[in-house]
Amino acid sequence: MLAIGAFLVVCVLLPLYSMLSKSFENADGDFIGLANYADYFSTPALFLSAINSLYVSVTASVIVLVTAFVYGYALTRSCMPFKWFFKLVALVPLLTPSLLSGISLVYWFGKQGVAKELLFGELIYGPIGIIIGSAYWVFPHALMIVITALTITDARLYEAATALRTGTLRTFFTITLPGCKYGLISAGFVTFTLIFTDFGVPKVIGGNYNVLATDIYKQVIGQQNFEMGAVVSMILLLPAVLAFTVDRVVQKKQVALLSAQAVPYRPKPKRKRDLCMLVFCSIVAALILLMIGMAQYAALITFWPYNLEFTLANYDFDLANGGGWDSYFNSIRMALYTAAFGTVIIFFGAYLVEKGRRFIAGRSIFHAIAMLPLAVPGMVLGLSYIFFFNNPSNPFNFIYGTMAILVVATITHFYTVSHLTAVTALKQMDAEFESVGASLKAPFYRTFARVTVPVCMPAALDISMYLFLNAMTTVSAVVFIYSSDTTLASVAVLNMDDQGEIAFAAAMAMMIAYTCAGARILHALLTRSIMRTTQAWRTS
Amino acid sequence: MTADAKHAPTPYLRLFDVTKRFGDFIALKDISLEIYEGEFVCFLGPSGCGKTTLLRAIAGLDIQTSGTVEQNGQDVSALPPYERDFGIVFQSYALFPNLTVAKNVAYGLENRKIAKRDVRQRVAELLQLVGLPDQGDKYPRQLSGGQQQRIALARAIATSPGLLLLDEPLSALDAKVRVHLRHEVKQLQRRLGITTVMVTHDQEEALTMADRIVVMNQGVIEQIGTPEDIYRKPSTSFVADFIGTMNFVAGTAVGPDRVRCGDNVLACETSDMREGDVVTVAVRPEDIVLREGVSESEENVFSVRIDAMEFLGSYVRADLALEARGDQILRADLSINLVRRMQIAEGDERFVNIPKERIRVYQGTVNRDV
Repeated sequence: MLAIGAFLVVCVLLPLYSMLSKSFENADGDFIGLANYADYFSTPALFLSAINSLYVSVTASVIVLVTAFVYGYALTRSCMPFKWFFKLVALVPLLTPSLLSGISLVYWFGKQGVAKELLFGELIYGPIGIIIGSAYWVFPHALMIVITALTITDARLYEAATALRTGTLRTFFTITLPGCKYGLISAGFVTFTLIFTDFGVPKVIGGNYNVLATDIYKQVIGQQNFEMGAVVSMILLLPAVLAFTVDRVVQKKQVALLSAQAVPYRPKPKRKRDLCMLVFCSIVAALILLMIGMAQYAALITFWPYNLEFTLANYDFDLANGGGWDSYFNSIRMALYTAAFGTVIIFFGAYLVEKGRRFIAGRSIFHAIAMLPLAVPGMVLGLSYIFFFNNPSNPFNFIYGTMAILVVATITHFYTVSHLTAVTALKQMDAEFESVGASLKAPFYRTFARVTVPVCMPAALDISMYLFLNAMTTVSAVVFIYSSDTTLASVAVLNMDDQGEIAFAAAMAMMIAYTCAGARILHALLTRSIMRTTQAWRTS
Repeated sequence: MTADAKHAPTPYLRLFDVTKRFGDFIALKDISLEIYEGEFVCFLGPSGCGKTTLLRAIAGLDIQTSGTVEQNGQDVSALPPYERDFGIVFQSYALFPNLTVAKNVAYGLENRKIAKRDVRQRVAELLQLVGLPDQGDKYPRQLSGGQQQRIALARAIATSPGLLLLDEPLSALDAKVRVHLRHEVKQLQRRLGITTVMVTHDQEEALTMADRIVVMNQGVIEQIGTPEDIYRKPSTSFVADFIGTMNFVAGTAVGPDRVRCGDNVLACETSDMREGDVVTVAVRPEDIVLREGVSESEENVFSVRIDAMEFLGSYVRADLALEARGDQILRADLSINLVRRMQIAEGDERFVNIPKERIRVYQGTVNRDV
């Protein structure tokens, strides 16, 4: 308990604190109060980034929300054919780093893009590119929340409405929409936060259009102005924390909507609606496939746009300046470590929160700290790690520049969702297992090993999968703390793109996508075999 | 078993001044109680009365704030559950879903370094005992609720603990299964002679199964007694109201063994009440006797009008209005035979007698939440 509590304190609270204090210091480390902040707000260029960030985040969120709602509605409430296909395609963006959409957009609409005429003279480098690119990679996140919200409904409500002769439109506005209201709000805040804090898309496609996340990068990497980086981080953190808080409050309300007696809703075929839905989903799916398809195509082209012959040369990463095959294998190692250690740590933490009987205060504080990482943007976390772990007087200084700090940062960055998954799985178990175990004089670790772990195995696999995928694709959390020995594939994509080696970047991004797809398939097979062998009790 | 045989000189389980606080809330207040070897004791009370908290304190699952728990002559107050000697069955069964029935039952045995063959034999015995000899290889989810609860029972008694704790074990079951299992659990307990404490909010369960009942309310014990005692001689108005159906009539003590209720004076035992005390008179519906003829000299005979009759199969529950004052209603249970013989119908004016020895009198007024 203490050890895992200490883990969270060291990996979340202390780094954030060191960043906060850094934002009040000058380059020599003297305390200068709010001077940095005054500086920030009196520099129009910097302040403008905040406005820009807000603008693109809100616009993209609205687009994503509307699309995800209709798409989710089609999947849950219509009898459209090929649902499995549309579900699968919608999840594709999860397999790729957000950078990939930026790269793909360059090929589509860039200066030498195949479809740049569609922009009518507008440049893709700027808000348009950021909005399209962000919408692409955030889509599955919003969709999953919307689908959950649309799934938990009581069919009896609709039958009652029909019995009262309510029209389709009125039913939609009085039952469907209010029913998933909280889900939509939640999805809105999640997408907003993701886009607001994302670094990959604006970095690749933003051009001269500055947003907060790229500002931090420029301040820290470009100008070595760590103090100003800290200030921008604090400003980036603010709306993220706000959105997070609202989201938590809203999600608590969602739970109470469904009673145990509710009957699941089953859509009935309606030709016209189903056809409209099919058309809509086909368009969205096509856009997603065009996006990743272009990246794949670009990765196989000899020299865009002059020599369109196919080649595998772009996969010869050792010839690129941004990072070789080493970075790819580093990424795999990092993702495996993150999945393995992360799952164990997170599961134990959730177990203590959920099953402990004493230290009620301690357990709720632990739970609260475990919620925090969701509100902290990756860039902010990464930067705070520099401040905290690069300090020579820090006893943990030795992990700086190693693989360990990357693993720690990634586990921390994705802690919250995994923690909640584990807590949910544990909550579904009978609260009295431990009591029974104790009455039968079984030590708690025996009940843990023989009952708790086997019962929660599917959830543990899900957590490790989630950690692996995110570790493979994340850029923001690690871009500040990798070293020359620990370059990563996702960072390599960034650097290759930076150096103008965009074909290499596309190829590397696709390598990440293959790996994630492979991992997902492996996960599905593993889950199925585990379900068959050790989870036989689930079927009856 | 006679009462004397049960009350052996030293109690098996002794609670002394057990108090449990959750923050400012006092869940248990100075509970003292003795339970004898082989006894079946029920903790009965409405939800939130502290009965489950008391059971968990006995088990050591939630250790009391103050007070002592002695089991078999040993002070176990501060011991964690795994150092105490008990088996427990929960309302939710809490069977390990990923282990087979046989493995569930064997779970406690495997913690004691018993040879595998002996474990297997003991498990077979236990499954036989609870009447499910062929179900060992199934998973809990493949069994019905009643079967699962029997397995939970087998698991709890597998290690032959000195004390069996049952936390609302039958509440999650269908009414019919519940009645059936009630009988079986009681039989099993008798056969094994294991000291048993059961928590329940179901009075019928407590009345039919327990040797003694502990009625609890708001963290204190209201009454301890045999089922018959509790039903016939409830010592507080709470117990009188909580157990079975009871008529309550407000009154005033007017003299030794005399209480005035409205226009009528009732003969009843008033024990230590003084003249002028506000009291409540209580009588059970089945103790009100409908009379065909009356002599003037008889005590406690009143004229009533039959306001309503509710047919309940073998008997009729009648609302009796006491004479002119229509607001005072007494409920009476009349056997169907009597109703037929006397040709009782709604609207009739009849005489009733309330036997003196069946009446209970309590100080003060009774607040009922109907």
